Amino acid sequence: MSTIELRSVSRWYGNVVAVNDITMTIGPGVTGLLGPNGAGKSTLLHLVAGFLEPSRGHLTVGGVASWRNPGIYRTVGLVPERESVYAFLTGQSFVRATALLHRLPDPDAATRRAIGIVEMAGAQDRRISTYSKGMRQRIKVAAALVHDPEVLLLDEPFNGMDPRQRLQMLDLLARLGAEGRTILLSSHILEEVEHLSGTIQVIVAGRLAASGDFRAIRRLMTSRPHVFLVRTSDDRLLGATLIGRPAVTGVQLTSNGLQVRASDHGAFARELATLTRERGIHLRELLPEDESLESVFAYLVES
Amino acid sequence: MFGAFNGVVASITLRATIGRKRAFLLAIPPLILILVTLALKLAHPSLTSWPSKVLGDFGFSVVLPLTALIIGTSVLGAEIDDGSVIHLLATPVRRSSVIISKFAVAAVATMVFVAVPELLAGLIATGGMSKLAVGLFAGALAGSVIYNALFVMISVLTTRAVAVGLIYVLAWEGLLGNFASGVRQLSVGQYSLGIANAIARNPDLNARLSLATAVVMGSIVTAATLALATRRLSSFSIKGEAA
Repeated sequence: MSTIELRSVSRWYGNVVAVNDITMTIGPGVTGLLGPNGAGKSTLLHLVAGFLEPSRGHLTVGGVASWRNPGIYRTVGLVPERESVYAFLTGQSFVRATALLHRLPDPDAATRRAIGIVEMAGAQDRRISTYSKGMRQRIKVAAALVHDPEVLLLDEPFNGMDPRQRLQMLDLLARLGAEGRTILLSSHILEEVEHLSGTIQVIVAGRLAASGDFRAIRRLMTSRPHVFLVRTSDDRLLGATLIGRPAVTGVQLTSNGLQVRASDHGAFARELATLTRERGIHLRELLPEDESLESVFAYLVES
Repeated sequence: MFGAFNGVVASITLRATIGRKRAFLLAIPPLILILVTLALKLAHPSLTSWPSKVLGDFGFSVVLPLTALIIGTSVLGAEIDDGSVIHLLATPVRRSSVIISKFAVAAVATMVFVAVPELLAGLIATGGMSKLAVGLFAGALAGSVIYNALFVMISVLTTRAVAVGLIYVLAWEGLLGNFASGVRQLSVGQYSLGIANAIARNPDLNARLSLATAVVMGSIVTAATLALATRRLSSFSIKGEAA
């Protein structure tokens, strides 16, 4: 069977904990591993793929441990993040070589099928060194699919892809997932996985922060309080005024300006303009403080 | 415990390591060896002690180890460095097969770029088939095998394989080998010379080991380094994003 099981898996490098006590079960269908850069997504994917030993915990793919077990690659396909492939080979010969390494009974048919899936037949006789980033990504996917694996692992598969290619890839992954394969992919951009039909696991600072479908995650992210930094001619007066508004849940005077927490950022933005005009306060600067993805994810960890 | 030779691994390795540019560069040292031999032959037509000095010293302590170093550390090391090895390792191919195939390509390539030129230079120097020419050929063949087993292992153990290999060749074999007799027991260069001398019987080769010692120690080193390389490759880890 094609289930990925993690039981209290941790991985650390010296003093740095990259993956912290993660337990999850990933079954057939598409699962997105979402989190900011450095959150431990790649580490987790490499652990699953058998290219890292868990420092602690239990990890199995299809019921067997993946570490030091090349046999799992009969049912697992891996699309690594790094672009390096044998660039001197043509796309076709790269995929065919992979088919031969798998000792497939009909390597030519398998190669044709895999290249067909990623729609690269037109460019298959060109050297990989002439490919664009998106094409390299697709030929890597073809190589990972050549042996018709039950489990497909993809590390940041949308890197370097334009929106159209991304949609195609999402489509392809959704199709593979619907066929009953277990697809696990990582991404650090929420919008990339927007059209993903399956489950999303959010990883922040090595921990599992949230999991659910895309809408649930999106709701968690947009309903969080928004924090702004406002600089004006009279921060104290503005603060006193703002605290009376329902859209504002807190204000704090800081040396950099006035920090405002708003529950509804649309209403806050509208009211800020009128309020400052009425009170004769000059608005110098308005900065959203937590729009970076890291803080969005950090919020998820706290909740 | 050793897996079988894998033709697909070997052919990709061959294309990756010995491209056209690479082959040209690798051909330079053996060409120098042959040209120097030709020049000396023209200058000193009557046989003196120079053939064993040039072909033994320059050939065995410079051309052979350095060529093997370049080839042996790149057959697998280059792929580990740029990460493309992952495409090979994410298949059920046995790790011992990967090591054996890569090592075989490196050994044969070194034979082509060193052992064959040594034979040619030997034939030129002695003016035809001679014990010296055959001995040097045999020694260089053995050296191609043992050196590459060692360098393939080093390339799996460290990302600074070329530097470590150079230190081994220059400091261990070159410097210490001249002073400490114990070092000679653990010197691939001495194994090669020992085997060469068993046929050539030439004191100018400065071979310090008997044939038996050279063969036994050379075999042990080859088997042990390949076994260790396989072990380490089986635990191949991708360096994580240790933020």
